[in-house]
Amino acid sequence: MSRTRIVATATAVASAIFLNSPAFAQSGEVNVYTYRETKLVQPLFDAFTKDTGIKVNIVSASSGLEQRIKAEGANSPADVMLTVDVGRIAEAVAAGVTQPIKSDALDKIVPAQYRDPDGHWAGISMRARVIYASKDRVKQDAITYEELADPKWKGKICIRSGQHIYNNALFAAYIAHHGEAKAEEWLRGVKANLAQKPSGGDRETARDVAAGKCDIGIGNTYYWALMMNNDPDKKPWAEATKVILPTFAGGGTHVNLSGVLLAKNAPNRANAIKLIEWLAGEKAQQMYADANYEYPVRAGVAVNPTIAGYGKLNADTLPISKIAANRKAASTLVDKVGFDNN
Amino acid sequence: MTTTRIAEPAVSALAVVTAALVALPVLAIVVIAAQPAPGLWSHLIDYVLPLALRDTAALLIGVGAVALLIGAGTAWLVSSHDFPGRGLLLWLLPLPLAIPTYIAAYVYVDLFEPLGLVHRTLTLWLPAREALALLPGLRSLPGAIFIIGIVLYPYVYLSARATFQLQSAEFAEAARTLGAGRWNVFRRISLPMARPALAVGLALVALETLNDIGASEYLGVRTLTVSIFTTWLNRGSLAGAAQLSCLVLVIVGGLIALERYGRRNVVTEFSSESPRLTPRTPFKGVRGWLAFTACALPVLLGFIVPLLFLLHQSVHRASVTMDTAVWRDAFNSVIFAALATLAALGLGLATILATRWRPGSWRAFSANIAQTGYALPGLVLALGLLTPVLAIDNALNTFAAWLGLALPGLVLMSSGAAVVTAYVIRFLAVPTGFLRAGFERIPFDYDDSARSAGAGQITAMRRIHLPLLRPALLGAAIVVFVDCLKELPATLLLRPLNVETLATSIYQYASRGSFEDGALAALLIVAASIGPVAWLTRFSDIPQGPA
Repeated sequence: MSRTRIVATATAVASAIFLNSPAFAQSGEVNVYTYRETKLVQPLFDAFTKDTGIKVNIVSASSGLEQRIKAEGANSPADVMLTVDVGRIAEAVAAGVTQPIKSDALDKIVPAQYRDPDGHWAGISMRARVIYASKDRVKQDAITYEELADPKWKGKICIRSGQHIYNNALFAAYIAHHGEAKAEEWLRGVKANLAQKPSGGDRETARDVAAGKCDIGIGNTYYWALMMNNDPDKKPWAEATKVILPTFAGGGTHVNLSGVLLAKNAPNRANAIKLIEWLAGEKAQQMYADANYEYPVRAGVAVNPTIAGYGKLNADTLPISKIAANRKAASTLVDKVGFDNN
Repeated sequence: MTTTRIAEPAVSALAVVTAALVALPVLAIVVIAAQPAPGLWSHLIDYVLPLALRDTAALLIGVGAVALLIGAGTAWLVSSHDFPGRGLLLWLLPLPLAIPTYIAAYVYVDLFEPLGLVHRTLTLWLPAREALALLPGLRSLPGAIFIIGIVLYPYVYLSARATFQLQSAEFAEAARTLGAGRWNVFRRISLPMARPALAVGLALVALETLNDIGASEYLGVRTLTVSIFTTWLNRGSLAGAAQLSCLVLVIVGGLIALERYGRRNVVTEFSSESPRLTPRTPFKGVRGWLAFTACALPVLLGFIVPLLFLLHQSVHRASVTMDTAVWRDAFNSVIFAALATLAALGLGLATILATRWRPGSWRAFSANIAQTGYALPGLVLALGLLTPVLAIDNALNTFAAWLGLALPGLVLMSSGAAVVTAYVIRFLAVPTGFLRAGFERIPFDYDDSARSAGAGQITAMRRIHLPLLRPALLGAAIVVFVDCLKELPATLLLRPLNVETLATSIYQYASRGSFEDGALAALLIVAASIGPVAWLTRFSDIPQGPA
């Protein structure tokens, strides 16, 4: 290769990268940092772009987005954050990377218990933390979270890491209901009932129940529906199990929020608010409910039939903020009882 | 001559800048670590550090032992014996290097999961519950030791093989005349003489193990590297993560010191004439087949099984859903890797050229610094690079605002320059190493002759050095390119908006519990690595004279 050709190639390659970058982007864009799988949210963003002409850029990660925005500082390109969990929401607010959304439309749509009193975040959908029980080996159809520590389940429970945010939020809710001492006792009881070291994800939990490693597993509502409807390879895992909506004694089923936040230094603030309001709109709520099998936050949007088949959701009325407040305590408790250790 | 007068200081300056660039992340880590992390250490000391230190030590020792056993054992077998299939195995034994540790982890967990391929096969003969009990729990420390060891042993194999095949016959013959058996010769002559090579191979295995984050995290082994990740990203403490990184740097230093110690008192006492190499003794019959099996098993487990599994999953998934994003991810991977390769070659050449043109202690020192990047685990490197890169980006914006210009945004971060810089720092050791070796084979007489014929250094460089260095440059380019394709932790932290590479998309799929969707991406990485690894093998087969 001649020298000029090398230089020409290098320049072409470099400019291909640079021109792709948002640093040189025109207005009419919005940058979303998301914990949601790209594949899952892409159809939503495509519909948004079609409706508004605003292009959506995505950073997807399974951890650390708020730390990244914090590190990027005042010039961070982040406009909107999508989170999967109340813990992430709390972390983002605590990291100081958000600002109040200020949208009357949003306030009207999203019920008050699923919004931040200060306006930093709003829930856009809900999922419940439920039980995947073996159809063959589990006869009961109702169960309480408290009961998971009952010795009758000894060696029969499967669950992912206690430090995972979904479990963390469930344990935090337990602390909020019963206090830290009772929660520690309960968590030790649950640990004693485990069939194996906590590992994998919620799908693997269903698989282990199907394979007979354990009788009940703890997982989120939508994984079961995704396996049942969207993944022929994993359909048998769902088919071997039934979903039980557990409740707290004297309370309801633990629900978690996937939420939306407005970044503190959002360079495309107006577009960001447009996107946030759009996500709470009827169309997006229905798309979301059907694409990811979550409970919509907007009144009047139908729950997907698969999810409806679990039975009527009696969501716990514990304020989301109380769960968030107990997160650190729950995390420390998991370490303290050695929940994830062998 | 005028070009030379400008070129020489320019190249020297470039060499110093390069060394400073490599040193930058370490300095940044130390500065960040100096900030207080209140409340964190009591938590770390109570719950995190004891486990992390225990798991890290156990993983390093375990993986080292597996790699040593397999690497040295197979290298000795193929170097000193003839047996059926030896020629084929010479090519196959290094190939597990084409399988990144994290991909091996995803593959093995999938294979041995309940209702997975192995379980379903077992149920042909056994009731499902009994078959279930037979499955090994791979998400554990022993599982991690096996999986990481089986793909990293080639580092030991390659360095041990280079030594074993050069060992002079006289020592072995003398020992045998004195009545030593074959085993005793191996244990008391061959192995001690190979010790320096084994130390080099083991050090590389240990550094790679320490660098790994994908496999350890997935297998539930909470090493120090994994703890850095969670301390920063889940507990929100950059300072705490930097402090843990310092701990990792201390371990890296310890490993390098151990390697130096392992290489002490190197035996280089070969006969003054070129040594008579040990002839290979034939293994016939059962012993021949045993030797074949012993060498074939690591290849099967470390390469063929993962490759077949990825092929099967890719074909199968293609019939279920086809994710076209994989081609875009592959494009990103190739662009980043290509830019980093070009930059690393250029800076590596400048570094070595500076010492060639004018040997001097500070230039040699710069060259040594430039080669240390490889010892930095990718995650530590990314953590150390992030802060200075963002500081530059933010300063640019402040400057633009002061000039009254439109703000450019985070140029280095969002253009991918940060990722490319991380690759260059981490893999710069490859071109500098290759070129240093390449230059050593070019006598200084050539330079002098060129100069007395009136050629400046630039001309000598262009017409004499570069043509002679072609194999070294090509080799370095291939190795850096493939290493960049595989790199995970730094890419994960530093990649820009809208950008996934093959490695990061595989990681995302796996951490969301659907690795099979990333099987095609994994297959692309492995396929791209096979050729270069096989190409590298050539080097291990050319006797290079006394070391």
